[in-house]
Amino acid sequence: MTESTGFRQLLINLGYDPVDGFGDGRKIAVLAALALLLFITACIAVVMGAYNITITDVYRTILVHLTFGDITALPKLHNTIIWDIRVPRIILAISVGGALAIAGAVFQGVFRNPLVEPYILGVSSGAAFGAALGIVFPAIFFSIQFFAFVFGALAVTLAYILARVRGETPTITLILAGVIIGSIFAALVSLLKYTANDTALREIVFWLMGGFYYATWNDVLLLTPAVIVSFVVLWALGWKLNILSMGDEEARTLGVNPEKYKFVVIAFATAITAFAVSLVGIIAWVGLMMPHASRMILGPDNRFVIPASLMMGGCYLILCDTLARTLTTAEIPVGILTSILGAPYLCYLLRNKGRAVFG
Amino acid sequence: MLQVQDIHFKYGDFPVLSGVSFSVGEGELCGLFGPNGSGKTTLFKCCLRFLRAEKGTVRICGEDTSAHSVEQLAKVIAYVPQEHKPPFPYLVREVVLMGRTPHLGGFFGVKRRDKEIAMNALAALDITEFADRPYNQLSGGQRQMVLMARAIAQDTPILFLDEPTSALDFQNQMRIWKIMRDVAEDGKTLLACSHDPNHVAWFCDRVVVVGEGAVVAEGEPADVISESVLEKIYRDACAVRSFEGMRMVMPRCVAERCATGRSAVPQYENPTAVMRVSADAES
Repeated sequence: MTESTGFRQLLINLGYDPVDGFGDGRKIAVLAALALLLFITACIAVVMGAYNITITDVYRTILVHLTFGDITALPKLHNTIIWDIRVPRIILAISVGGALAIAGAVFQGVFRNPLVEPYILGVSSGAAFGAALGIVFPAIFFSIQFFAFVFGALAVTLAYILARVRGETPTITLILAGVIIGSIFAALVSLLKYTANDTALREIVFWLMGGFYYATWNDVLLLTPAVIVSFVVLWALGWKLNILSMGDEEARTLGVNPEKYKFVVIAFATAITAFAVSLVGIIAWVGLMMPHASRMILGPDNRFVIPASLMMGGCYLILCDTLARTLTTAEIPVGILTSILGAPYLCYLLRNKGRAVFG
Repeated sequence: MLQVQDIHFKYGDFPVLSGVSFSVGEGELCGLFGPNGSGKTTLFKCCLRFLRAEKGTVRICGEDTSAHSVEQLAKVIAYVPQEHKPPFPYLVREVVLMGRTPHLGGFFGVKRRDKEIAMNALAALDITEFADRPYNQLSGGQRQMVLMARAIAQDTPILFLDEPTSALDFQNQMRIWKIMRDVAEDGKTLLACSHDPNHVAWFCDRVVVVGEGAVVAEGEPADVISESVLEKIYRDACAVRSFEGMRMVMPRCVAERCATGRSAVPQYENPTAVMRVSADAES
């Protein structure tokens, strides 16, 4: 079997076998282009930074690490800046952006609403509360990240339990339950802010804006495998997600048990959202915009939207984070940039594509 | 083929179905006919197990469906909902391909054969030209055709159709009924809700008339669509007449007008109009 027929076989196994009237070739090409774009963005971002290092030095440092070369021969400063700061930061940005964008695509599909974002079930408010607890009472709540994750997951679990009536979780009830739980945790965060001293208050506010300042290899090793696993699972459920987005009753008659699959996809999407938020704080808009943009390019089929969201989310956060650390001498919280860059995009959508996108 | 036995269902304390039983034979097009609020939709939902009947069984090919999983049931019954707009602009061919879902396996599972079946279903309904258009931008009649195509692609022995013609113009209504006839000729069993006694009489092999949560009459349309049955469910609204051997159900007032040979345009008496004007003035 030659290289090209092997590739073709892979595509056929993945369900991309072309049939007259079902040409998916363009979409596959777009996905490949997006992957390339992500790679190039990452390569450019790694060269940019407050401390000037020449391009050759940057890539030589990375190459030495990738080929397990002699690290001691490298200048120590270069090694620290490139390998211990910039590279993990970029990988973390890709993972977080990808995680939020995939989760957004999944939530939008399940809730049958293109304006839903991954924080809809209260994960961000819960995580904020957990983080604030960790900041205000460090003696009891020993790890900000751990408790942010725990409370983020707890908030969604509560919303899910609250919305469950007679063995079913209707979408509207679930969204309302998310709003209720979210507002409770938001109130608790306010309470903590009110009682916190000035240093702690500053830290809470900073955390809420989100950022990659403290990105380390540890964070990458925690988050990236989780994102990869969730991505594969959710991608494989892409077609089922299409069916779910037609509504519970139709999904049932098409052989997709809505309760079972809604639970699975929400669980995975929530887990990676909570994980991402607990590591870098609340970063807005990515989870809303990137699935949107993917749908505009590739159409609504989630088998394509999910991988495209991953790559576009990654690109977008690299871009925002690179701007955040290079625009001014002090760092700008990346959450501010994603919102400022995101708002015009949504305005554009509203004015030009309003009818097609918002129905 | 399809046997429904003694279905009971309550919404809270309000009984909707009290002991509904009927059966449909293989290859029959059966009309489910009855006034608003008679429990047709609830009956449908119980058969499709959107709702759990508190008593009674639904058997398909002799097997009780209550033990079937969602996946198994979808291989036996296809459902054509009333046309609706999903929130995402799926292309028509993608919507039809969704009908293949119960038969899929593997990672994504969509195989060449499934795509071919989907395209064939579009061709069978002669709507291949819509294949690349977004489903939610079609007209109501076109969307209903696409949903029919999806059910055909699902390739189940039984099809349930929830008022497939209710939102359509006359020509499209006839098209849909003709397609249902063709599908029945192919040996499939169809159960379709309808509000139009004439449609049921013209196209169905068999009619089940439901009124107030129970079966009022069941049998061939010639026997069932009669003045005495219609009187039970619609009181004195209808008359049944025969024109050139075809039975027609018409509003009683129209039938009387024909009989007395009065003018075709009804003369409204003035007092109502006067009353309405005065009521407007008061408010």
